[in-house]
Amino acid sequence: MKKTKNPFVSFFSSMQLTLFTFISLAVSSIIGTIILQNKEPAFYVNQYGPNLAKIFEILNIGDMYNSWWFLSLLVLLSLNLIVCTIDRLPNVWRMVVLDNLQTTPERLERQSRRQAFLVDNDHAGAVAAAKAVLDSFGKGVQQADQEKGTLLFIQKGAWTRLGVYVVHASILIIFAGAIIGSIYGHKGGVTLPEGSTTSSIYQFGSNQLIDLGFGIRCDKFTLSFYDNGAPKEYRSDLTVIKGGKEVLRKSIVVNDPLDYGGYTFYQASYEPRNEMVVTIANETSATEKTFLVVPRREVSWANEGVSFGIVNIQGSNRTGYGYKIWFTDKHGEPSTFWLTEGMAGKVQRAATTYAVSLKRRYATGLQVAKDPGVWYVYVGCLAMLLGLLVAFFLSHRRVWIYLAKEGDSTRILLSGTANKNRIGFDKEFVALVEKIRLNDSLTPSKEAS
Amino acid sequence: MNSSQLLGYTTFAYLFSTIVYIAVLVFRAKKISVLGTILALVGLVLQTAGIGMRWMESYQMGIGHAPLSNMYESLVVFAWAIVVFYLFLELKFKNRMLGGFAMPFAFFSMAYASFASEINQQISPLVPALQSNWLIAHVVTCFIGYAAFAVACGMGIMYLLKAWHEERFSAGSGEGIFDSLPPLKDIDDIIYKTIVFGFLWLSTGIITGAVWANSAWGTYWSWDPKETWSLITWFVYAVALHARFVRGWAGKRIAWIAIIGFFSVIFTYYGVNFLLSGLHSYGRA
Repeated sequence: MKKTKNPFVSFFSSMQLTLFTFISLAVSSIIGTIILQNKEPAFYVNQYGPNLAKIFEILNIGDMYNSWWFLSLLVLLSLNLIVCTIDRLPNVWRMVVLDNLQTTPERLERQSRRQAFLVDNDHAGAVAAAKAVLDSFGKGVQQADQEKGTLLFIQKGAWTRLGVYVVHASILIIFAGAIIGSIYGHKGGVTLPEGSTTSSIYQFGSNQLIDLGFGIRCDKFTLSFYDNGAPKEYRSDLTVIKGGKEVLRKSIVVNDPLDYGGYTFYQASYEPRNEMVVTIANETSATEKTFLVVPRREVSWANEGVSFGIVNIQGSNRTGYGYKIWFTDKHGEPSTFWLTEGMAGKVQRAATTYAVSLKRRYATGLQVAKDPGVWYVYVGCLAMLLGLLVAFFLSHRRVWIYLAKEGDSTRILLSGTANKNRIGFDKEFVALVEKIRLNDSLTPSKEAS
Repeated sequence: MNSSQLLGYTTFAYLFSTIVYIAVLVFRAKKISVLGTILALVGLVLQTAGIGMRWMESYQMGIGHAPLSNMYESLVVFAWAIVVFYLFLELKFKNRMLGGFAMPFAFFSMAYASFASEINQQISPLVPALQSNWLIAHVVTCFIGYAAFAVACGMGIMYLLKAWHEERFSAGSGEGIFDSLPPLKDIDDIIYKTIVFGFLWLSTGIITGAVWANSAWGTYWSWDPKETWSLITWFVYAVALHARFVRGWAGKRIAWIAIIGFFSVIFTYYGVNFLLSGLHSYGRA
């Protein structure tokens, strides 16, 4: 039976198209790994000359993975997958639900994997013995009693024929997730100095402000290093504020973001600000106040009559920094002393003692993402792995036994097929044949079969 | 005894194993082939101990982490996975003639890790981006895949050599080097199954990488060169599998794809780190 296919269907379902798209995607993907992506137009002119830069612009090489032609290749791949599936799945499905009892002994005789022998048992006895063996092979033995004999059938893994389509569907699910993410999702960032709050972020690319619908505050940023000077941890203590109330606090590090309201906040970068957070405590009255201090600028604490400032900074990232503080109150000459970050210093004044500590003010760089498509992508990934396992490692195995009445004896014909791993199935089939041939309740006939 | 000594001995065990396996082929000395297996096994035991010890040493240094964090450690794991995979094949297909085409990969990986000047062997602390439970899952899955592809490449070379020999000398006398190798049909089967195995692990490696990227940066795919090259590699092997399933590609074509695919693997693994980053820093200067 030969059907003339619609040319559209035969083009889009063809393996040539699959190989073409795979190879085109692979080869063109190389371009974007060699030519730097997402640079200013001037960069490409500088680097590659005006002519080549013109071609780059037409083909959108600077952002090639989002270019019309690259996306077209992905669309082509999707179409190929969909049409090929629609084209082939009905036949595969027919194989899955096929009534395997609708066959004839003649057809079984023609199969390449078959064995036949005679036993001196009556028909009913032979059927019972054969059935018992098949029961031990698997569940769901089917039986059809015919005039000249009985057909038994068992199959395993008919559904595994669908594995490869699960893999194909999984790719479409992943694409769907990516599309959902690009339509309904946001990717952005925000630089948040310690102590400040924001309720909006900047979208990457467009730089538009996106309103979060809640506030996020950076309480503290901590940077730590290993002994060898390599960075150990970037940590931001964040607080989510909604309707004037603090609703969530979390300290985030790289690899451990904060989730709230559909948005996820990732630790991405930091920058030191030219400001110090200085805390001064009067040890007699136990009053304390924190100030933001720009170096070389005088700051006053009016209630205490205190004035102070940072007059000098020395050191490096490796050794740490020292800060020279100038400090005075209403009593006596001003004091100057050195402080290191994180260590409290004491300044003895005529009336009381003040404890002074300082740390640099940092701004944390947060990457913010809202991607409602990501779960589709994950489901697709999981489906792909399961589908690959099924498609590669499980097979559809079928065994028929036809028991023909031949006078007082019975002729047993076994045949079997597998759609994959035929070598493995050969062993399984031979074992099954032996199990019936050597069955205690069956008596092999002396006659040759 | 420390980890670098153990891994040093491993390199030599793999070297001697490689020499024996190749000698077996060249001198048709099938009898000594068991020595190749023993040396590979000894190397594997030393290496496993070495990797374990390096892991412990990192904890003693107070910067404990799985030894999967830099080029040196990945080369060691690569060699380890190749040997595990090869010994499994040897056991499964009961043929020691394959060793001469698989063990050299393990030896080169160890030798490069041990002797190349640009490879830093120090145990270094984990930078913040690598401090994740995904590190082990991602690196291990990728390297099982890479190891399978390395062996598939070796088998591809073996196939082409034997096919070339058979074409030139028609049916062999039954005594040549190539006659002791498995029949072409069996090599083809080994290549195909190895590619299937590698493909499954490469897919898992790419997926674990994507999930990790999403938990660290909020983007599961950003087309960075490493990601893109892993996808290119994935396409190469996907071509092999589709061409085989639907168009019945076998023999030389699959052998060639196994070799081409491995070039792509090497580029994904090594080239991206050393060549593309070089290109990039040059581009920025």
